[in-house]
Order: sequence, then C-alpha cells, then structure tokens
Amino acid sequence: MPAPADRPPAAPILSVRDLRTWFLTDAGPVRAVDGVSFDVHPGETLGIVGESGSGKSVCAKSIMRLLDAPARIVGGAIHFRGRDLARLDEEAIRAVRGREIAMVFQDPMTSLNPVLRIARQLVEAMTAHGRFTPAAARTRAIDLLRRMGVAAPERAVGSYPHQYSGGMRQRVMLAMGFSNEPALLIADEPTTALDVTIQAQILDLLRGLNRDMGTAVILISHDLGVIANVCSRVLVMYAGEVVEEGAPEDLLTDPRHPYTWALLHAAPRIDAEAEDRRLVTIEGQPPDPRTWPEGCRFRARCPFAVDKCAEHPQLLPAGEGRATRCWVTQAGGALHTPARPAPLPAVPRPEAAPGPLLQVTGLQKHFVLPNDGYFGQPRVLRAVDDVDLTVSRGETVGLVGESGCGKSTLARLVTRLHQPTAGRIVFDGTDIGSATQAQIRPLRRRMQMIFQDPYASLNPRDRVGEILAGPLRLHGIVDGEAAARQRVAELLDLVGLPVQSARRFPHEFSGGQRQRISIARALSVGPDFVVADEPVSALDVNIQAQIINLMVDLQERLGLTYLFIAHDLAVVRHVCDRIVVLYLGRVMEVGRAADLFARPQHPYTRTLISAAPVPDPRIERTRRHVPMLGEPPSPLNPPSGCRFRTRCPIAEARCAAEVPPLQDIGGGQFAACHFPGKF
Amino acid sequence: MLRYVVSRLGLSVVMVLLATLVIFLIANTVPGDPVLMQLGDLAASNPATVAEFRHHWGLDLPLWHRYWIFLDGMLHGDFGESLVSRRPVLRDIADYAPATVELASIAFVLSLAVGLPLGILAAVRRDSWIDHLARAVSLIGVSAPTFWLAFVVLAIFYGWLDIAPGPGRLDPVSFPPTPITGLLLIDTAWLGDWDTFRDAAAHLVLPSIVLAGSTLGLITRTTRAAMLEALSQDYVRVARAKGLRGRAVVTGHALPNAMLPVVTLGGLAYANLLAGAVMTETVFSWPGLGRYTFTSAVAVDFPAIMAITTIVAIVFVAVNFLVDLSYALLDPRVLKR
Repeated sequence: MPAPADRPPAAPILSVRDLRTWFLTDAGPVRAVDGVSFDVHPGETLGIVGESGSGKSVCAKSIMRLLDAPARIVGGAIHFRGRDLARLDEEAIRAVRGREIAMVFQDPMTSLNPVLRIARQLVEAMTAHGRFTPAAARTRAIDLLRRMGVAAPERAVGSYPHQYSGGMRQRVMLAMGFSNEPALLIADEPTTALDVTIQAQILDLLRGLNRDMGTAVILISHDLGVIANVCSRVLVMYAGEVVEEGAPEDLLTDPRHPYTWALLHAAPRIDAEAEDRRLVTIEGQPPDPRTWPEGCRFRARCPFAVDKCAEHPQLLPAGEGRATRCWVTQAGGALHTPARPAPLPAVPRPEAAPGPLLQVTGLQKHFVLPNDGYFGQPRVLRAVDDVDLTVSRGETVGLVGESGCGKSTLARLVTRLHQPTAGRIVFDGTDIGSATQAQIRPLRRRMQMIFQDPYASLNPRDRVGEILAGPLRLHGIVDGEAAARQRVAELLDLVGLPVQSARRFPHEFSGGQRQRISIARALSVGPDFVVADEPVSALDVNIQAQIINLMVDLQERLGLTYLFIAHDLAVVRHVCDRIVVLYLGRVMEVGRAADLFARPQHPYTRTLISAAPVPDPRIERTRRHVPMLGEPPSPLNPPSGCRFRTRCPIAEARCAAEVPPLQDIGGGQFAACHFPGKF
Repeated sequence: MLRYVVSRLGLSVVMVLLATLVIFLIANTVPGDPVLMQLGDLAASNPATVAEFRHHWGLDLPLWHRYWIFLDGMLHGDFGESLVSRRPVLRDIADYAPATVELASIAFVLSLAVGLPLGILAAVRRDSWIDHLARAVSLIGVSAPTFWLAFVVLAIFYGWLDIAPGPGRLDPVSFPPTPITGLLLIDTAWLGDWDTFRDAAAHLVLPSIVLAGSTLGLITRTTRAAMLEALSQDYVRVARAKGLRGRAVVTGHALPNAMLPVVTLGGLAYANLLAGAVMTETVFSWPGLGRYTFTSAVAVDFPAIMAITTIVAIVFVAVNFLVDLSYALLDPRVLKR
C-alpha cells in the first residue's frame, strides 16, 4: 500500500467536479448526489464509505453513466482522460464502459446472466470493443480466470453461473472487469454478499491486481474494515456530499468529521474488549434527500454542533493530505472520546435458579432433497449433524459460521419451527425435541424469534398495532381491546417507538424501526428466551448499534436469554457471553467470547477471526493473516473425519480417519480438533 | 438431459392415462341417455330394441370393462364408430382436423409475429407511444368476446367494405385440391394451383385474425412483463457496464431470460387454439374440429365426444412436454436442481 510519500505525482485520471445527480421524481428532485468532487490518480485505491442513501453508489453509476430514469446528472463534470463523461453521447460512453472504466457490482449471484455460459459473458466483454477476436478472447478468458484463482478455468468457461458459488462468481466478475485492462475499476460493495473468509480472498485478489496491473480502483463499501484493508485514500460520504477525505491511517484513527467519528464508534471491533456492551450511537436518521437541511447536513445528529453549523461548511484542508467539511474541526476543535450512553436503571431481575434454560444434545436435522426423475438415491443434506448446545438463564450465546453451516437451521430447530431428525431439545426441563406442535404451543409464549429481514418478516397488510396485538390475543394474554391497546403502547415505548406507530403500516417505517417492531412483537408475549437470527445484518452500522443497544437494555431490564446468530464476528464478540462456532453442521469450538477470540483453539476459529478486517490500517498491517483455503465443501457430501480438514492448514491423516470429539480445553472452552491450539 | 427427457415423457404418459380415465368416467356419468337420443320415441318404448341397441354398443357391460375396451381401442387407433355418421370416429376427425390445424397455426404464428416484437418494444420503450399501443392491443385482444369480434369483422370487411371473402374455407366456385395433408395452403402450393391457394389464403385472413385476438393480447402482455422483469435484473446492468450496444443487451441478455414465461404461455395458447376454436369456426362456417365438437355434443355422440376430448388431452400433454423440453434448453438451471 503506498504511503503518503510515494503518492502518485501524476495528474489524476479521473476528476469529479461538483457532481450533482438527482432523481427527478414527480414529488420533486431527490438530490442523491449533491456537489461531490474528488480525484483518482493512476494506480490509486480510493475508498468511498457511507451509509445506504449517502449517494456512494449513485456516484459510481454516474461515472459509468449507468443511471436509470428518473436519475439524471443535473450538474458538474466528470473529467476522464481529457473528456467530460457527463456530456458524452451514448455511443462515446459505451466505448468507455468496460474498456477504460470497468465496474464490479455487489451481488455476484445476480450479476451473471443465468442462461448464458461464462465463456460467452467474458468473451463479449472483450469483443464488444473490437480489441480481440472471439477465439483470442476465449483464450484470454481462460488465462484471466486462472489469474483470478478459479480452479480448472478451461472447464469453468464452458459452465453456467449456477454451477459456481458466490465467491467464484465474484472472481468471474473481476476477470470480466480486468479483461480490457481498464485504467479504472469501480467495485461497488464487491464483498458485501460474501462470507468473511471469501471476502478476505477477494480483497487479497483485488489488492494484488491493483499492484500488478496498475489499475486504479474505487472501492465502495459500508465496511470501514474493508476500506482500511485495501485503500490508500478514503472519502466519507453523508447526505449526498463528501464530508471527509484522507488517508485511512489518519481518518480512521483520528477522524476530523463527527460523522466519521460516529461511524467508527458505532461499529463493534473484533480486536477490542468492551467493558460495556452499549455502543456509541448518534440519534435519528440521515436527512430527507428531497429537502437537505440548511447549513451542515449532519447538524441535527451531531453531538459537537455549534451555532456556526447553521451555515453550510465547505470541504477544506485539515492537515497533511486530508480535508473535512466541519466548522468545529476546521477551527481546530477536537472530537473527544465518546461518553457511553447511560445504562437504564436496572430492574431487579427475578433471581432465577442458575442452570440451563436450553439443553440440546445430539441434535440432527437432515433434509431429504427431491430427486429429479425417478432414478438414483435421494440426496440428504445434513444441515445440522450431532450438535450439543447449552444456554444458561440470562446469558447470550452466539452462533457463528459461514453461510450454509447450519446456524439458521439450528435456530429453527430449538424453537421447533423445524422437526429434528434426531436428538433431544430440553427447554426448561421439558423435552420438546419430539413433542407435537400442540404440546409446544404453551411454550411458544416463552421462546420467540427475531428474524434478519425486517421487511419480509412483518405482514405488510397489518397495522403495527395489529402485528403486536396478534400474539397477545392468540395466547389469551390480555382481556379485551382496551387492555390490548394498553399493552401495545407499552411495547412500543419499550422499543423506543412513539405510541402513534400502532396506527401505521410497516412500510411507513425505516429498516431500523421495523427491526424495533419485530423485537416488540417477539417481546409481546413476555418470553424469557429469544432467538435472534441475524437481527442486525441488514442494517447500517449506526442503526445496527442502536438495535444492539436496545437488545442489551432489554436483556438487562427483562432478564432475557438470547441465542444470537450472526455472521459478523465483531458483533458476536461484542454482544455474546459465549460463542459456538459451527462448520458444515457441526460444532467446531465453544468458549467464552473473550477466551475464544484471544486464544482460539480450533484452526477454523483462528482463520475465521483472522479473515475479519479491522478498521485500522496500522493494526491490519501487523495482524497475522491466515489465508483460508478454498471454499466450504457441499454439505450434501461432507468430508470424512473432521469436516474442516479439507481447508485446514494443519490437517493430518488422522483428521480424515477420525471424527474429533468436542474436548474440554479448560476454562469452559471446548474444541473439536485432534490438535487443539497447535495452530 | 436424457434422464430429464425420459422422466418428463413418463410423466406425460401417466397424465394421458389419467385424462382418459376422467374423460371416460365423466362421459359415462353425465345425464343424457344415448339410447333415447338415437332410437327415437317409438323404438325406445320397445324394451327389446333398447336391449339390442345396448348390447350392440356394449352399453350393458360393466364400467371397468367398457373402459378397458375404450383404452384397448384407443391404443389401436380405434375410437369406435360415430353414432351420428356411422363412420369410424377417427376418420371423421381426420376429415375435420386439418381445417382447424391450418387455422390455429396461422392464428398462432400471427399472434407471435405481432405479439413478441410489440411486447419487447413496449418494455424497452416503456411509457412511450408503442407501450400504450401494446397495452391497448392486449386489452382489446383479451377482453373482446370472440363471437362479437367475429361478427364485427365479418360485417365490416365482408358485408360492408366487401374486400374479404365470406365464410368457409374456399369460395363455392373453387375446387378443393385432392387432399394430401388436408391443409389447403400446403396442398395447393404442392400442386401448383395458385388460384386456389390465393382463395384459401384470403379465406384464412379474417378468421385467423379473430382467433389470434386473445392469444395476441396474452402474448404481448406476457412478453412485455417478462422483458421488464429481465431488463431490471443486475446482469442487464452488468451487460451495459461491459459496453455492449443497447440492442445486444436487449436481445442477448434480457430476451433469453424473458422467453421462459412466454414459452409456457405460448404452448398452452397454441393448444387452446387447436381445441377452442368453436366460436370462430361456427361464425365462419369453418369445417373444423370446433364445429365437429359442437355437433357431436348436441347429438350426444359419445364415441365422438370421447375421441375429441382424448385427442385434446393428448395435444395438451404433448405441448406441455415440448414446453418442458424447451425449458431445459432455454434455462440450464432446470436440468441441475
């Protein structure tokens, strides 16, 4: 990564000046990008961070001129190699797209055309610009795929996209992006849809390509860790404009804009022990892009605001190679270390008998997949295979693992939304593993779920009041309408929503507010056990911090027990007492959160932790990165012995022959490895 | 692929068998006694005549036995004798079917030739005049009743403007060619009888337009919706980001994906055209299967009705089978699930 000293002295290849891209809707212009200026130098890696709606993706699409109506560039210029891209005609911009500037998008699962072979999709990217004959392009496609780390590229080009995983498809997308040796590659959240281990592989690849081919990269991400990992310069966007710019070393350790400051403190860190589980959050939502506020756009949420902020600040230099759009720091003011939000007065918790609330032993869930046709063996997917799990009263247990490791299935098993294939699930002394739904129904009051997608898990036709009152009536908890209304009001107050929300519909709320509604619904029946399946994954970092704080508060006030599922290790470390690491349906390691992160005993835990980026480039450079080999095998056909052995850096012959038992390492830590702690 | 084809084929055979069972049971349980319909009041009052009639037609056998006879006959291409024409039903159908096949095929080609481009253009140029035209066409096509449309076009173009020929497949003065396929356009072209060819073609214009109406509307609407869906997908944006030309993006990336629902609908629509031209054929005096179905139904001619229904069922199952096959060709994900 170039240090400031060897920053390219050459003229910028891309110069965006006062770019304004608005959505011209019937209800007035939505000023998504509103006065953005920045430069990209040859070979540079520029990161753009910001929450959803900050305008970062629209900015990228404006450069490529890939805007769909009603979005339009209404002002400013995009200078690129002597041309203004904002003013090129369709034919001229087409010659730039893919040839001089390429773009890689967020979701590799939908970015490739499902009905066309990979070869065709790569070849046409090259032949469209007349630089290669189809035959030469095909040879080059194979070479590119090999460079991108796709195994057996000769076979891959003849395949269809559905035959490949998300990580492999993103490698194909990168091959496509680099196929014409563009001067600039724009990667819009290229790893957001991927698992953390695959993300590390793709970011490595991106860094290597930038180094070897000298292609400048604009990396758009909401994840400060990803930016810190790859970029030599960072822009922070808020409300359609750049609010801070600088090298990641400076910007991420000593932010000069309160919004950057807030982003940094709202995200839990994988490398930091937190004495308090509450995160620092800023209140409220980003402003409405139809009517940006006068003055500083962050003012309403800013803990440092002064009178001067009623005037709109400019992006001005604030020290060596950095700039900020803030009156306070421009005047030399400092952004102090945050005061933690005061914990709510703890309600005396009912002194429950210590002991497990949930005890799971030998749990299995096998899905028999439908077999196409009438021949052959039915395929069995071992989603959860022989899992033991104990959750004590009042504790938060985290479940982590890559997608497909069985964590959501496990969540649905313990709440008995799924019927287990085998095993015992003892909830507060009652075995519910083989009970009928009718027998479980009385227990449903005591265990509730919160789901990942707050958009899909609330019925769009019901008013919020109805959504919350439904479970109350179902379980006969309240008598009469007045009591139900009273309880709904209490619930809304509990999760920090105004009482009037009861009369509104889910679509009238933002993602974070909807997740509050989901939490209120789960709490409506007064459960003592809540299973949260990726409750904050779909949320922006600041909203995520608000929801985490809410869950922590509620746990303290109501004495809840959580089973918390997430793929984000930093979040899990932050909120959980104990953590269970799953891989291909099996438990790899169990331990207290602090121990597990400080002294991972299982090689899988170790690699998983090392793959998660830290939003501090200086720490990133000193961390030892353990490359995770390959991709997880199919759970339809898991490896013999230890399931992790195919990707394990220390696997030996014994690992293929014997299934390692979950053995006690001491201190409440268990690992299913023949050589615990050896790695 | 082979496994997929074989399994679909097996499924199709089962479907046809089930269909014949249903057809047979319905035909044998609906009210309406063929004996009374056929014998007339006087003969029907004589028990001996009735018994003899029942025995002759096998109506005194148990139900399962009669089903077996029906199935056995069907497998040998024998659907029995029409109660009305006293000829083998299959020969009757062979006489009537070509007229319908010709009309339905022309109508189908017509609705594809207009509906596909119209739907694609409407999606690509959303909210332009062509989109409004496409919506108007599909609305009128789907909602205008066939018999009404048939009378209106006949009244205007034959009765009033007199630029189209009247009902029937040929003018009364034309001589039909010796049947080879029974399809007049093909037979006349084969024989080089271009005068009759022109006459037959002219007679096809109005009924095929009328028959195409609703299919055209459906195909336009489905194509438009499927194209809009496909054009909004990420891979279309990726294709544009590669620097492909607009036309290459539409035909190379969006269209192949949009074809799946259109193929499903198109297959069923064609089967429907073959089976359901009763209205159009009646108004245009078209000697096709629709008319034959109608007259057989009025006469409670059970062998004919069952033969027609079975053939319609086979046509539907066959079309579905072809649709399934084209799915596998259009979408590689179908084979590997």
